[in-house]
Amino acid sequence: MALISFENVSKRYLSGQEALSNVSFTLREGEMAFLTGHSGAGKSTLLRMIMLMERPSQGEVVVGEQNLAQLNRHELPYHRRRIGVVFQNHHLLFDRTVFENIALPLQICGYEPEDAARRVRAALNKVGLLDKENQSPISLSSGEQQRVGIARAIVHKPQVLLADEPTGNLDPELSEEIMKLFQQFNRVGTTVLIASHDLSLIERMRHRTLVLRGGRLIADGRG
Amino acid sequence: MAVDERNAPRRGAQQDRIDRRSRNRNWRRHHAQVARQSWSRLFATPLPTLITLAVLAIALALPGFLLTGLKNMQQLSEGWDHEPRISLYLSPALDDAAADRFSRELLLRNDLVAVDLISREQGLLEFRELSRFGNIVDLLDENPLPAVITVQPLDRSLAALPLLKAKLQALEEVDEAVLDLEWLQRLSAFVQLIKRAVLVLCLLLALAVLLVVGNTIRLSIESRRDEIIVAKLVGGTDAWVRRPFLYSGAWYGLLGAVLAWCLIQFSLLTLKQPVSELTRLYLSDFEPSGLGLIGSLILLLTSVLLGWLGAWLAVGHHLREIEPS
Repeated sequence: MALISFENVSKRYLSGQEALSNVSFTLREGEMAFLTGHSGAGKSTLLRMIMLMERPSQGEVVVGEQNLAQLNRHELPYHRRRIGVVFQNHHLLFDRTVFENIALPLQICGYEPEDAARRVRAALNKVGLLDKENQSPISLSSGEQQRVGIARAIVHKPQVLLADEPTGNLDPELSEEIMKLFQQFNRVGTTVLIASHDLSLIERMRHRTLVLRGGRLIADGRG
Repeated sequence: MAVDERNAPRRGAQQDRIDRRSRNRNWRRHHAQVARQSWSRLFATPLPTLITLAVLAIALALPGFLLTGLKNMQQLSEGWDHEPRISLYLSPALDDAAADRFSRELLLRNDLVAVDLISREQGLLEFRELSRFGNIVDLLDENPLPAVITVQPLDRSLAALPLLKAKLQALEEVDEAVLDLEWLQRLSAFVQLIKRAVLVLCLLLALAVLLVVGNTIRLSIESRRDEIIVAKLVGGTDAWVRRPFLYSGAWYGLLGAVLAWCLIQFSLLTLKQPVSELTRLYLSDFEPSGLGLIGSLILLLTSVLLGWLGAWLAVGHHLREIEPS
């Protein structure tokens, strides 16, 4: 079943710049795919549309049978709760502990504190940071911060996991580790879409790869 | 806003469903937690908080103080309303015996409670004593003053007095009836004017409270920008994001009101002695009153509401601008 589908999606900014033009693809439930291309090719724009941080100028984006164009401002948070996102710059809150950062999505969804604590520790365990829960993210290395970001993205078991250049600042060894982590989540059923320009890494991972150039989807196949 | 979170359509599959009861429980828990957090956040930056609270307290104390003064003034003028009198200037044709007879007739009327005759002689005597023109009277051949009867009406309402005056005026023996109402009407008009001025001032100061809280909350929103963005990214509703700021606004209102209450009570205390000195000179039994329980409660509630509203306006305006990008 298609979980994410883009149909003839274009995005034109007021400046006239076309970030995406006529992009169509579908991502099935449980699939893992890479999104690649040079910077400015439209990778981030595409991910942002799935998050409804942006709306297309033309075309339709459907996530889990929900046409995103029909969602209004009030329904938007509930849409975002079905998606986990990992950013290149982590978006962590440095005035809170690692634990509190990861617990935030659960708190927002309304989990019981005991239940939330259990899930946060499970997520920390998966990313191998169980011993750092009481530290501030600022005291962690870049790779560890990224893993906290991943733990926060998956703690509420989202249907879809999106990542925008999750290995951008990491050395090759750490990058591979992070990608393996994404693979693990995919194996338990999460649909994963990762934007990255690290072509050699993508090749080694052997997953479906969508290639964007100048806002157009120019290739879609196995890496 | 709270309704959004609980009743919003649940679209698509949420892999971990949370039952309604525990969601409600968590909603309440989040309120309590946010209330606590925004309370302690106030004291994380004590000096700016104190300055904001001082401004709020002054803006709230001023109307509170003025309204208390107004309340006292109204009580005072009502106290003075109690003994209106009508002076009846009798026809000069009436001799002393006739005047005396007439005053006895008036005593029988059931719309008057007191009748007081000032004979022509008595009037002249008083005139000599009280005015500086006593010796002018000596130049006249005869007493120019008419006999006067002052009566105290049973019905003291402002509506009934002019009617009674007209009735008495119509009596044959009465040359002219004068109702001593003018100064009362002036006082009441004066109180009305002050009341209006105080109301306008109250509205302006309420606006000031809104703006002060709004601006404080705006700064706090700016400083918590990252937090708002992250919360929005992981699916925080507007209500969820707004909540801590609304609590901050309400806390500002509450603390501002408590400080304002202290200011008002302190000011009233310093005024108590001179005021009772003054009223003793006019009326012996007037006791100035303070804010009272109801007044204090109104002050508290208004202030909390204004703080909440100020925060709400600021958040409503700025929250839309802060979107993840």
